[in-house]
Amino acid sequence: MKRMRFYLQLSFTLVVCLFMIVPVIMSVMAGLTTNYFVGLESGLTLRWVKEVWALYADTIWLSIRLALTCLFLTVLLGVPAAYGLLRSKRRWANAIEEALLLPVAIPGLATALALLLAYGHMRGFRESWLFILIGHVLFTLPFMIRPVLAVMRGARLAELEEAAASLGAGFRQRFLGVVVPNCVGGILAGALMVVTLSIGEFNITWMLHTPLNKTLPVGLADSYASMRLEIGSAYTLIFLAMTLPLLVVIQWAGRFANRSRTP
Amino acid sequence: MTSTSITLEGCGRTFPGGQVALHPLDLTVAAGETLVLLGPSGCGKTTTLRIISGLESPDAGGRVRFGERDVTALPIEQRDVGMVFQNYALFPNMSVADNIAYGLRIKGLPREAIRRRLEEVMAMVDLQGFDTRRIHELSGGQKQRVALARAIAVRPKVLLFDEPLSALDAKLRDRLRLEIGQLLRELDITAVYVTHDQAEAMALGDRIAVMQAGRIAQLATPREIYHRPTSTFVADFIGAVNRLEVHATLADRRLRVSGGELHAPHLAGVAAVYCRPEDVQIVTADSADLRGKVRQSIFLGQSQRLLIDLGDSTCLQVETASRRQWRAEEPIGLRLPPEALFHPECHAYPAKDLETNHA
Repeated sequence: MKRMRFYLQLSFTLVVCLFMIVPVIMSVMAGLTTNYFVGLESGLTLRWVKEVWALYADTIWLSIRLALTCLFLTVLLGVPAAYGLLRSKRRWANAIEEALLLPVAIPGLATALALLLAYGHMRGFRESWLFILIGHVLFTLPFMIRPVLAVMRGARLAELEEAAASLGAGFRQRFLGVVVPNCVGGILAGALMVVTLSIGEFNITWMLHTPLNKTLPVGLADSYASMRLEIGSAYTLIFLAMTLPLLVVIQWAGRFANRSRTP
Repeated sequence: MTSTSITLEGCGRTFPGGQVALHPLDLTVAAGETLVLLGPSGCGKTTTLRIISGLESPDAGGRVRFGERDVTALPIEQRDVGMVFQNYALFPNMSVADNIAYGLRIKGLPREAIRRRLEEVMAMVDLQGFDTRRIHELSGGQKQRVALARAIAVRPKVLLFDEPLSALDAKLRDRLRLEIGQLLRELDITAVYVTHDQAEAMALGDRIAVMQAGRIAQLATPREIYHRPTSTFVADFIGAVNRLEVHATLADRRLRVSGGELHAPHLAGVAAVYCRPEDVQIVTADSADLRGKVRQSIFLGQSQRLLIDLGDSTCLQVETASRRQWRAEEPIGLRLPPEALFHPECHAYPAKDLETNHA
């Protein structure tokens, strides 16, 4: 029995390695190999990475700018929205909470098409990166609201606010001094999702992008379609090098925030 | 601290569903007085407190005054109240010192003044050295001290307590109750204290308002509430009480009850008489008013409670010293002094005699 469990666990681990880790390593290696079809014997090189940087550096910067602006906006909109949903005694508050998930349930292509139909004619707006930003915010907002709302629900916020009010704090002071600090855990969890989703978002962005406004994933698709395999792989490598440290930092921040909170 | 009186005029509260939490109520709390709102859950005591605090508004027509000032329209943050909550409501994102100083910072006091005030109140509630502790590192009693310190730090005009001790265990509750009582006397501040615990109410209240179903059933000093309740609800709710049905009023105005006759000239024509278990005296058979048999004795440590069978399936509770051991079926003689007998609707017995006999 014990033996069987061991083999089950072992094979599960192996499957995970096979499908999650091996492809990533292969891809990364492909980006560093001089000639992928010859194999590793052709030698290692940073040539492809440099080439990707020369060709696609602007997509990387745009993706970072999009992700950070998107994060800023989802915090700015999502935290008050979560608070509003928490406070609302109306029956439709639940319906709104569910409706927030629609952009996640609807295919990104459809969302993007709807945006184009509604606002595509506003040329300046259509061609700027802000158009893509709208798509990203729509898609990521529920991922900010949900964890913040969950933390707010568990934090006895109503009582804390009453206490703050009894001590003379007005609404703004209560919101910034008591509500926000007590749902930092939720905000960080949401931020992790928002940033990763925004950086990796392809469906909406592919529909909304212009030749001058390409994000990293759109650039990736572009390079896979039209460049050497080594360049596409080197691009993946850059993508990983960008997002992995970001994820680690946000995870660490989340753990740090949780440690200073309730037992 | 400058204390202020609180006046409620016609303050009722009806919930949106039409359920009445509080019938229109008039109530005055004198400056420096501690008023306890006591009653079972759902009696309207917390609603009354929340109307005073400004967390809830009275129905149209209700007025709340602090001193001469009408504060009905002011939200809680502009009313200058200190509030202590049942679940402490401390800010988990702040240290002990930051919690206590929160109100002072909101007021925009200079740093040095905040530090001095902080030291002062932390000494008052015996929390010196806890400045940098996190809230989740504190015990329940310490949390409630922090909450108390936080409320008094801003020197409020009025202190409001919403069942502050009900989350604590019995021993700690007793200790903190003493400390709160002492603090209230020291501060000479107007306080309203909500509780369902009668011992707390007796110990802390200058006056007690016993509430029932959204109304004040009786508003009086603890002594009066206990010894001269004006309704059977109050008599039953506060302490234990015996009720003896009067079978007949005899020619010499004595009252015939199960087990014997009682002398109670001030209670003419009542259908029943009431008395507290500790007022019943155990005497020899020949000088007894009532005779019965011990049914059961419950040992309580500092005293014992005897259940006496008076016949006619009438039972009387007697509280007596705990040394003497009573056996079941043992015959017993009881004396009920006239001043110990009362009836909620009939209070002819002179008050001064009451005080001397129960001091």
